Amino acid sequence: MPDYHLTVNGKSHVVKGVEDSTPLLWVLRDTLGLVGTKYGCGIAECGACTVHLDGIPVRSCSFPISALHNEDIRTIEGLANKDGTLHALQQAWIDHDVPQCGYCQAGQLMSAAALLEQNPSPSDVDIDDAMEGNYCRCGTYNRIRAAIHAAASAISESEPKS
Amino acid sequence: MKKATVKSAHFSLEDLLDEIDPGRETLQPAKTNMDRRSFLKISGGLGVGLVLAFSLGGKARAASAGGQTELNAYVRISPEGSIFIHSKNPEIGQGIKTAMPMIIAEELDADWNDVKVEQSPINEKIFGWQNAGGSRSIASNWDTMRKAGATARAMLIQAAANAWGVPANECTTENSYVFHGKTNQQAPYGALANKAITLPVPSENTLRLKDRKDYKLLGKRIGGVDNHALVTGQPLFGVDQTLPGMLYAAFEKCPAIGGTVKSANLDEIRKLPGVKHAFVVEGNGHPLELTTGVAIVATTTWAAFQAKKKLKIVWDESNASKDSWSDLVQQAHAVKSHPAKETLFEKGNIDTAMQSAAKSIEAFYSFQFVAHATLEPQNCTAWYRDGAVELWAPTQSPVRGVGNVANALGMEKDKVTIHQTRVGGGFGRRLVNDTLCEVAAISKHINAPVKLQWTREDDMAHDFYRAGGFHSFKGGVSPSGDIAFWEDHLITFSADGKKPVIAGAPRHPAQEFPAQLVNNFHLKQSLLPLKTRCGLWRAPGSNTFAWAVQSFLHELAVAAGRDHLEFLLEVMGAPTWLPPKNLYGLNTGRAADVIKLAAEKAGWGKQLPAGRGLGLAFHFSHAGHFAEVAEVSVSATKKITVHNVTVAADIGPVVNLSGAENQCQGSVIDGLSAMLELEITMENGRIQQSNFDTYPLLRMPDAPTVDVHFIQSDNPPTGAGEPALPPLAPAVCNAIYAASGHRIRTLPLTKEGFSV
Repeated sequence: MPDYHLTVNGKSHVVKGVEDSTPLLWVLRDTLGLVGTKYGCGIAECGACTVHLDGIPVRSCSFPISALHNEDIRTIEGLANKDGTLHALQQAWIDHDVPQCGYCQAGQLMSAAALLEQNPSPSDVDIDDAMEGNYCRCGTYNRIRAAIHAAASAISESEPKS
Repeated sequence: MKKATVKSAHFSLEDLLDEIDPGRETLQPAKTNMDRRSFLKISGGLGVGLVLAFSLGGKARAASAGGQTELNAYVRISPEGSIFIHSKNPEIGQGIKTAMPMIIAEELDADWNDVKVEQSPINEKIFGWQNAGGSRSIASNWDTMRKAGATARAMLIQAAANAWGVPANECTTENSYVFHGKTNQQAPYGALANKAITLPVPSENTLRLKDRKDYKLLGKRIGGVDNHALVTGQPLFGVDQTLPGMLYAAFEKCPAIGGTVKSANLDEIRKLPGVKHAFVVEGNGHPLELTTGVAIVATTTWAAFQAKKKLKIVWDESNASKDSWSDLVQQAHAVKSHPAKETLFEKGNIDTAMQSAAKSIEAFYSFQFVAHATLEPQNCTAWYRDGAVELWAPTQSPVRGVGNVANALGMEKDKVTIHQTRVGGGFGRRLVNDTLCEVAAISKHINAPVKLQWTREDDMAHDFYRAGGFHSFKGGVSPSGDIAFWEDHLITFSADGKKPVIAGAPRHPAQEFPAQLVNNFHLKQSLLPLKTRCGLWRAPGSNTFAWAVQSFLHELAVAAGRDHLEFLLEVMGAPTWLPPKNLYGLNTGRAADVIKLAAEKAGWGKQLPAGRGLGLAFHFSHAGHFAEVAEVSVSATKKITVHNVTVAADIGPVVNLSGAENQCQGSVIDGLSAMLELEITMENGRIQQSNFDTYPLLRMPDAPTVDVHFIQSDNPPTGAGEPALPPLAPAVCNAIYAASGHRIRTLPLTKEGFSV
């Protein structure tokens, strides 16, 4: 069992004594105590475990720790801006009162954040494509869509016009 | 609710139903213990401020003397001006942790920004029944919460009036301040709190509750109080709990319900990486509590899961379920042509009406079992030490959970403490406290803190399912186009051959629509044997009856050659309340109003292209009147698109507009998800679906837009968590008929060749 050197939300961690097959999800939750990333299915069907590896959304429940190659890992705990203010998506989620039970929302936010980094003004179809891997069992899809549009607008308005 | 106290004996599924169903005798808004109590002011010592609790006579005072004043406080105002409000019921996504404190804050005239909501301790002696089920929290607690806020407000006003030497009735309140206009004085609540505690608690009949027109908070859009913590990933849920030195457990049970462990390769398992313990847990004979299985305790969740995959268990299946869904469907088709075993409700004369009907039709409706599939799989954390056990539980029914765990471990209830966590989805699944009992037994065995995590596969295999079933209808229309007769042979299941499975048949057949409104009516029942465990699934009973009944009603409208809207309104007839002034009885006037509103907002009668149609349905449940119109396209290849659903609702005055709207939108999405392709089947007693690859929930691209419209009538406010779900399935099926001429009589839709 080798040691694994992880960078999570800008912070370095050395993870010892975990099996190679251990999914990143359980390293985050059980070893590092970052429980914002959720277990939902274990087979990459529900998206509750979504985190970023170098900005790309991945399902951490099905991503073994041994497959990491020094990528920057970002979780919901590291989604806020560097100055401590909420990410535009987090603020939009609050403004639109998106959550019901809230269990899926960390994964939803991480998928949406990756989308906006690639595509600052997504269409409804773009949103469908980026978000269809994330279940919301409570059915907050209408509000998730509205919040993503609102966050996209907020980001574009806050950027200096060239 | 009928029972406010936990029975010491074991619990049955009927107990669950009593908790969420007001019952025939008590169809008025539920009275909680709280309603019979008066308010009590508790001084918690210098500097605590005003603390208001519900009086329990000597018990509360004793608690106060013991220095535990916060434990039973609903409202606590600190000298610094923070207003702490306890939310007593579990938050499962229905928004109660925001809605109930809003009611207190409204009558208190608190600035919502000053309010800090905390989940209350689980303590039946102090908070009465604590539960999330039956969409009942708002209806049951409305008056109590209003009076709690009004009492605190009156005492703060009196404190200010005394300090200023002015009459209390000249003082006003707003945004956590008391004002006296004539002398131009004002004081924040925080500054008055320590004076207020020295005053007598005003009697209830001196309280002046607000008129609805004066509400500043209620009816507005207020965001959930945990939203910030949710979007930043804070530990709120059952799965997020950690304890010092905590271990991680998995638990394997027989895939066929009722099977027990004959032998298992425990020695082999104990040698696997990270595994600390592997042992058999004996059940206590009560499936709602503890079922026999093999526990594996390891240093991480993953180690426990990996070891669980390597288990080799020989099961004794002599008493286990052999249920087969395909056999049951065949049996139902055979039974439908035989006379029913039992009549549930009958009125008029079906035989005479049949002969004089202008047109008669027959239809056989079949619907599937479904699972709850809460996104947070079942889990619980426990710490057994020194003869007592503490649990951190994502449960819908924590007070009963105390009794369940006490039963499972054979200990007194006062040795069981439950800490309520936020719940990652309930839908009725977590009214059963099986996971609590399992982890308590595991923690006791290893004498260490432990978190039990079910896999998704465990969750799907060991649910308490929404029962499938069958309706064999006969109906007729008169020459003038009215309903001449209605006959429904309900085929459902029974575990004991006598009683139907939970929610399999109406509890109050005479009040199950359209029994109240059709002159010649016959509801009869036959039972098929079943061992698969059934439970309560969002809007129990209603979620299937509404589909079959509202679809068949549309069939009769078509048979009569009449417009569905006009036909449905005629069935409702003149405004009548059945039975009168009964909150849980159908009010046909309120029904007609929501039906008309839904039709108007959806553009009923508008021109649509070929292959696109509108479908209408109504259902009354949980004291809520709901009508929905779905707009659906059907392609030549039977691919359907649900474009939009319009919801019209009357649940009385809306407490939190954002929360209530969210519940209605969610109910529509949930209802659509459950009718499209979800299906639980069993063969040889084993559930055939194991995870979301074989049980696929609705995804965002297939979700319709949902428009919600409330009629804020002057009736008492009632819950929004469930009643929006039942009308969705028939509205969609009626729309599919309008779009394609295809009548859906089997769910899920994939059974009839449809897809999204």
